[in-house]
Amino acid sequence: MSLIEVKNVSKQFGGLAALTDVSFVLNKDEILGLIGPNGAGKTTMFNVINGFYRPTKGDVLLNGKRVSNLRPHVLCKLGVARTFQVVRPLQRMSTLDNVIASAFIRTKSKAEAEKVSLEVLQFTGLSDDINVLSKGLPLGKRKRLEIARALATRPEIILLDEAFAGLNPTEINEQIEIVQKIRTEKGITILIIEHHMKVIMAVSDRIVVLNYGQKIAEGTPSEIGHNPVVIEAYLGEEQSA
Amino acid sequence: MEQLELFLQTLIAGFMLGGLYALIGLGMALVMGVMRVINLAHGDFMMIAMYIAYWLFTLLDIDPYLSVFIAAPALFLFGLAIQKYLLTPVMKVESILPHNLVILTVGLAMVFSNLATVFFTGDYRSTPVSYASNAWYLTDFWSESPIELSLSMPWTLSFVLAVVITIGLWIFLTKTDMGKSIRATSQDVDAALLMGVNVNRVRMMTFGIGMILVAAAGCLFIPIYYLYPALGRQFTNVGFVITVIGGMGSTNGAVIGGLILGIFESMTATYIGMGWAPAGRFAIFVAALVFLPGGIASIIRKRRLGK
Amino acid sequence: MKKYLPHIIFAGLCVVPLMNLSSYIMHILILVLMWSVIGMAWNILGGYTGQVSFGHAAFFGFGAYTAGILYYHLEISAWWGIPACVVILTALSLVVGYICLRLRGAYFALATLALGEICRVTTENLVDLTQGNMGIMIRERTWIDKTWYFYIILFIAAGTFLLIKIVMESKLGYYFVAIREDQDAAESLGIDTTFYKTISLCLSGVLTGIAGAFFMNYMGYIDPGVVFPLYDISITTVMVVMVGGAATYWGPVVGAVIMVFLAEEIRSLPYIGAAHMTIFGVILILIILFVPNGIVGDYKKLLKPFKRKKEASS
Repeated sequence: MSLIEVKNVSKQFGGLAALTDVSFVLNKDEILGLIGPNGAGKTTMFNVINGFYRPTKGDVLLNGKRVSNLRPHVLCKLGVARTFQVVRPLQRMSTLDNVIASAFIRTKSKAEAEKVSLEVLQFTGLSDDINVLSKGLPLGKRKRLEIARALATRPEIILLDEAFAGLNPTEINEQIEIVQKIRTEKGITILIIEHHMKVIMAVSDRIVVLNYGQKIAEGTPSEIGHNPVVIEAYLGEEQSA
Repeated sequence: MEQLELFLQTLIAGFMLGGLYALIGLGMALVMGVMRVINLAHGDFMMIAMYIAYWLFTLLDIDPYLSVFIAAPALFLFGLAIQKYLLTPVMKVESILPHNLVILTVGLAMVFSNLATVFFTGDYRSTPVSYASNAWYLTDFWSESPIELSLSMPWTLSFVLAVVITIGLWIFLTKTDMGKSIRATSQDVDAALLMGVNVNRVRMMTFGIGMILVAAAGCLFIPIYYLYPALGRQFTNVGFVITVIGGMGSTNGAVIGGLILGIFESMTATYIGMGWAPAGRFAIFVAALVFLPGGIASIIRKRRLGK
Repeated sequence: MKKYLPHIIFAGLCVVPLMNLSSYIMHILILVLMWSVIGMAWNILGGYTGQVSFGHAAFFGFGAYTAGILYYHLEISAWWGIPACVVILTALSLVVGYICLRLRGAYFALATLALGEICRVTTENLVDLTQGNMGIMIRERTWIDKTWYFYIILFIAAGTFLLIKIVMESKLGYYFVAIREDQDAAESLGIDTTFYKTISLCLSGVLTGIAGAFFMNYMGYIDPGVVFPLYDISITTVMVVMVGGAATYWGPVVGAVIMVFLAEEIRSLPYIGAAHMTIFGVILILIILFVPNGIVGDYKKLLKPFKRKKEASS
């Protein structure tokens, strides 16, 4: 069953096409990877799904309903949460307060919000840091705080934007564990953008590949790993870099 | 016919006023573009330049138009000092309230306008140049003309000089290395840094050039306007209204914005009443915010990309 | 002890009028309380929600003129201005919010700055309604003695303090701070940023308006230059909060004490009095440079030089 359906989405900025006629579906309970070289339009795709941008053409459907004209906070209420590529914690709030602020969306009292938050912080392994101001957290923990905040909104779907970038190997392994737990323990469907090929191959059930704003391939990790078009897109990037 | 005459005369006056306004707006837009700061002391810097021109005229009998060559370098240096010792340090301060730099410029404006009152009293002053009441009439050139229009000589001179300075700035921005660095920084600070632009130096130069422009505007305004210490506020308002109409940081937008504002104010003063002219200024400001949040610059950009 | 500080201060202030203080000192205390209210109100929007306004004179003046116009045109007590303010200022805030709050950062500050100026120019020109530059005068003040004015503004201030405390410890407070820290992140966490910014603006506007309505009743005279000025009201409000400490409960109160005393002291000095604006400007610049979070926010930083001296001497 498809939760999110992206239908022929195009997004233009002025005369520049960031996305051209992209379509794919996100099925319930799956982890779908969205990959592509720099500037392929991955984050733009997230911003379209999440409501920051309106698609120039095409639609985004959530449970069969058109949501492409809704604002991000409405989508969040409908169950779509996201994290940011560049971590954006609410700097001068403690880790706990950061999560409480997002837990309020589905809780009535502060006590309840706090309870939800503490549970989520434990889930992401941040229990020891609840009173630290979030700008003082190291990058690895800030990435987890991003996930904790998204989880506190009790989403049905979570969009992870480069949740692994900049982490060291140990942190990457911890993070992979958390991502897998999100699905197995919480039953949340995940759409994930990732640059790190090994990670994406390890966690995803299916992968969609973007290049220059167009979908160039879709399939299981092993299919994608052997797809000549994908290999060329990535090699081309390496050569020019 | 009289109606047409009045309308055309108002239009011309507005166009000329707009040319001078553009100079004020340009300085502010440049600083806004490079530093992301609205300088709310902009008009007060202009007031300082006007006092320089006034005293040079009164004490040494120097023509206000010539005092550009003294006021502009003086304000340039003053601007560099302010940028170096106040603005740069504040950029590094971390605080809960955003827009520290903007609040800082408000502090500067308070100090300047108050000190001017203390030293020079609140009297209204002007520079009565010998050619102040000279004018050109349309009938002098075309005796059968059905309508009569006049151009005051100092107004015309100020307007022409403003156009010359604007063209000079345009050449500077498009042809020199410094000018190109300024435009690059204005578009994308990070990219400029990567390209090896010395952003700190660019910021200082930009603020200095903003000061030169506003000093020039001051010297062009004093022969046709009167001077008093609190005048800065009014011109700061003019500056930021233009900056918003034009699109934050856009120089082309600032020129068009200046002309629009000048004509609009002139029309309000003629057809609604003098007292309402400042309200008209803000009405157009609010209209720009609501209907054209990206300013004129966004229209220009759209057109260019459309081709 | 710290928990009961507000109660102690409130109780202390309640007995002040019994001390038979001079009329001048009572006047200063009333001004301090009034500025605390304005500062606290600004702090909701600027300090907590991060939307810096340079135009709070608009709300203050609107409140004052609401009271003044009720008295002058409807011939009822100007005290009705205070309840009327709640309605009128909510309406004004909604209009202002609709226009200004979709703007971000410096745009918002500029729009509010323009708002203050628009209000001043409009009041000057709408002579039939506002008497223009002639101003509005209340011929018979309610009381000659200052005691009751003091109690009224004391209760307004205490109420404002309490209200802010309740708001800031609720969902609203969390949302305000989230918006200040990162609007996009807040939006994607399910916070309707426009809606909550509007609520913040309404709270701030109504409370400032109430202070303005009180001012009309207390001073007995207003004109556009008195209630809509940029420096004397709008910027002074920003200074009250900056000096005391943005986004703190006590900051605006501390700031109001300092600013009112300074203003009164400096203005009464010979020669220097004329330059009080310069001194305020310099103070503002120094605060931004060295104690950007105000006395309450940065008091630890302020204590540091003293501690160092102690260590050096011991």
